[in-house]
Amino acid sequence: MNTVVNRILQILMPPLVLFGLMLLAWQKCIDHYRIKPYLLPSPRAVCNALWTDAAMLQRAVVYTGSAALCGFVASLVLGTIIAFAFSQSRMLRSAGYPYFIFLQTVPIVAIAPLIVRWCGNGFQSVVLVAGILSLFPILTNATQGLLAIDPDLFDLFRLNNASRWQILFKLRFPSAVPSLCAGARTSSGLAVVGSIVGEFFVGQSTKHYGLGYLIEATNSNAQLDRLFAAVLTSTLFGISIFALINLVSITILSRWYDGPVEQRQ
Amino acid sequence: MPQRDSFKKPMVIESTSAPLPPLIAARHVTMDYGPARVVLEGIHCDVQRGEFVALLGPSGCGKSTLLRLVAGLIPVTSGSLTVGGQDPAEARRSQKLAFVFQDPNLLPWRTVAANIALPLELSGQTRQEQSQAVDDILPLIGLMPDDARKRPRNLSGGMRMRVSLARALVTHPDLLLLDEPFAALDDVLRQQLNEELVRIWLARSWTGLFVTHNVAEAVFLAQRVIVMSSRPGRIAADVRIPFPYPRESELRADPGFARLCGDLSQQLREAAR
Repeated sequence: MNTVVNRILQILMPPLVLFGLMLLAWQKCIDHYRIKPYLLPSPRAVCNALWTDAAMLQRAVVYTGSAALCGFVASLVLGTIIAFAFSQSRMLRSAGYPYFIFLQTVPIVAIAPLIVRWCGNGFQSVVLVAGILSLFPILTNATQGLLAIDPDLFDLFRLNNASRWQILFKLRFPSAVPSLCAGARTSSGLAVVGSIVGEFFVGQSTKHYGLGYLIEATNSNAQLDRLFAAVLTSTLFGISIFALINLVSITILSRWYDGPVEQRQ
Repeated sequence: MPQRDSFKKPMVIESTSAPLPPLIAARHVTMDYGPARVVLEGIHCDVQRGEFVALLGPSGCGKSTLLRLVAGLIPVTSGSLTVGGQDPAEARRSQKLAFVFQDPNLLPWRTVAANIALPLELSGQTRQEQSQAVDDILPLIGLMPDDARKRPRNLSGGMRMRVSLARALVTHPDLLLLDEPFAALDDVLRQQLNEELVRIWLARSWTGLFVTHNVAEAVFLAQRVIVMSSRPGRIAADVRIPFPYPRESELRADPGFARLCGDLSQQLREAAR
């Protein structure tokens, strides 16, 4: 147990110490140069905003989190299904792949307003933006994992007269799980970013709003302390989602596989 | 064409009437990837049922390709090759053939038992039949019942190869094709597994075709050693190994064994030129 605590401390201490030093330098700069609060709020003001807006931020995190989670799950399911189809047909792959590259490369801020226009000012549009942004890493990683089969293993299944479905579900899919986990980790962060960007454009349509709307609203009112509080909350929330998905994938991978690729010896 | 022998292990009944057709019959087999890349040329040989034959050759001589042709994984370019009178791909479909790869090729997400049962699972056998077959094969291959629940990454290299061998033998194949299965193991382990392979071969009546570039291994295991030359792969010699079975580790100290190894090494060097 002690070793686990030590290990966590070892991981957390260096960035926390650096964070503390940065806060200190930030406060000193504000005091020394007398920076106006509408240009840069002091760490203390951000802390106060965090405290006073806590309830509102909490509601916003739940809203953004639900949209991010829905978008992430949708892209995980859809990305895996499309990757399955891509792994089965080279023609389908070469026909469909460019369009997913297009979805990845087109700036999300350019298509988000269109999505809001088409799908309405609501939760569904935020989910869709989050889904689009997080789909690509899952799709590419899963497709690559499904296709990169050891030729000898493929021969082993052929020698045993395995059907196409048996090869897909007993060889390709289990082999692709580590790649799928890597894709999911990248996508989890992108889903949070996607839902925040989505909220920028959806705004406050009903009484529900998320972190994106808070960032947008506090920025236009030049309430920089509240803006910083919202941004900080978004970042912490993104990190926790990433950490959660990371934990899930490490658990899956170290139980059944040789662990995540970067941790193998 | 070098002589083919009629040496048989005791369990093979000497024919009193018409001789049995060979299990593997290769007739002027050629395999190439275009005229500039001829891998195998004019391969002409038979392997009788129950026989243990080693294919010995330098690296890149096409011996593994020949094994894959016999397994029906790749087609011959010209000539004819039959396994049990059938096209190799047909023979493969009848599940009378198993293959052991150079790497154990175990599925890391499956336990040892589930890895061994894979061929049975793919052919649609019930879970009960699978677990019965796994229980039967474990002692033959030198694995403990506790090992069945382990995952491949918790096994040593030798143990993984035993599991790979068990997976090949679990279907009771007529023909076992082995592609340098012990090449990555240390010498002591390799010798130990050679002895066990002989024991298993004597206990079960399969025909063995064993690819190796190790002369001592070929001589220890096989009744016949086919020496191949490289670029393109041809049969350079077909040598009968006269030592009786069961063969034990003492055989390696026999002067006749050393002499035969020396002769074959010489032939191998000439074939590699």
